[in-house]
Amino acid sequence: MIRVEQLTKSFVLHNQGGVEIPVFADIDLEVTAGECLVLAGPSGVGKSTLLRSLHANYLPNQGRVFVRHREEWVDLAVAEPRTVLDARRHTVGHVSQFLRAIPRVPAIDLVAEPMLDIGIGQDEAIDRAAAVLARLNLPEALWRLPPATFSGGEQQRVNIAITFARDYPILLLDEPTASLDAGNRAVVIEMIREATANGAAVVGIFHDRDVREAVGTREFDLREARPAA
Amino acid sequence: MSDFDDAPLLRVSGLTHRYGNTIACRDVSFELYPGEVLGIVGESGSGKTTLLDCLSGRLRPSTGEVAYDVRGRGLLDIHRQLSEPERRMLMRTDWGIVLQDPREGLRMRVSAGANVGERLMAIGARHYGEIRAQAVDWMERVELDLARIDDPPSTFSGGMRQRLQIARNLVTGPRLVFMDEPTSGLDVSVQARLLDLLRRLTRELNLASIVVTHDLGVVRLLSHRLIVMRDGEVVEHGLTDRVLDDPRHPYTQLLVSSILPV
Repeated sequence: MIRVEQLTKSFVLHNQGGVEIPVFADIDLEVTAGECLVLAGPSGVGKSTLLRSLHANYLPNQGRVFVRHREEWVDLAVAEPRTVLDARRHTVGHVSQFLRAIPRVPAIDLVAEPMLDIGIGQDEAIDRAAAVLARLNLPEALWRLPPATFSGGEQQRVNIAITFARDYPILLLDEPTASLDAGNRAVVIEMIREATANGAAVVGIFHDRDVREAVGTREFDLREARPAA
Repeated sequence: MSDFDDAPLLRVSGLTHRYGNTIACRDVSFELYPGEVLGIVGESGSGKTTLLDCLSGRLRPSTGEVAYDVRGRGLLDIHRQLSEPERRMLMRTDWGIVLQDPREGLRMRVSAGANVGERLMAIGARHYGEIRAQAVDWMERVELDLARIDDPPSTFSGGMRQRLQIARNLVTGPRLVFMDEPTSGLDVSVQARLLDLLRRLTRELNLASIVVTHDLGVVRLLSHRLIVMRDGEVVEHGLTDRVLDDPRHPYTQLLVSSILPV
């Protein structure tokens, strides 16, 4: 479902004297349906940067990021913006570390929106949104409220619900359980395992060892991709 | 945005505009597809307003082409292949223009309902009951209180006026809407609701739009693609979140790193 070839990324900070910060070099990866690849390595090693490159949120310096989209291989590193957006809409789901949403929109509408985007009717989208919020134990009293005033854990559960209310063939997860208590962590573990059992290809960063061990089928350590100094 | 439409709605190539010896915008090229929202950002003086004026047919560029998919006729250069009346008809039917100051886009002394109905009458609608029904429908869609339909917008708040301006533009079923700083004149509390409304409408109507703004928060939430302008030139162009989160050009990096934290 995902095939990464020769992926290299550095950042050039033009307003800091043009200093170049290499992050990783020459990464080759393959993730097939039903796998959950865990990105490992100490903080600062480039796990999030790799995950964001897979989502086309970061542009690699070189290399290819192929994803299986509409029964073809699409290279997100060079695809047109509208192709990337189409791939994100239908194929590649992403849970970021922090929720970023339009202010003053109720949580349940945020969760329903990606379903409306692909033509699911309003009623069904709201029903499915409610089901996934309930499963993540978000108190019903919060559903009609915008998440800005929610706790970190509540916001993160809304964030997870936005992606898991859909069935994406590819899931990119950046610390989805970082601010959750043990009970909710267990729910998310269960949801990720269901996704892989249903054939999703998952790439994730998981801070907690118990989550890593529960969902991971393979590990990729970013220290192996250190760029030459 | 619905699934793939393979013909562009708008194709801009090599667009340059000079005022005397000053180049206001230089060699701008891009395509826009149905349902796409394109943001254009830059500081004042960057040429973004001149570019918007050229794109929306209000200013003829010095060189280059603005080709639009005119219904039934295909891509035509709006400045050189359409007559003035044809261009005006396009602006009144298939295009909308939402201005920063709603007082410039509305008639302040006629009723809200007439403001919406006027665009229909301009294209030949004559049946009062139908015009009124459409005005009611659009007031509801932009969440304006129907009890205010006979009041002039001079009695409305800024946010209500902006909603009315949007209703007036959308009543003719345009495929492309130009927006010039659509939320900048509004209180922050009103901005968020208006952004949500614009997102909902663009999705429901598969509406393409071009939004000029200096507010990076607005484009992050509203636009799919982003053009960054400086000194009349496009310095960066790409997927909105890519440009904002991984900016490549020194100017974009400066712009992004200058956002004040809340």
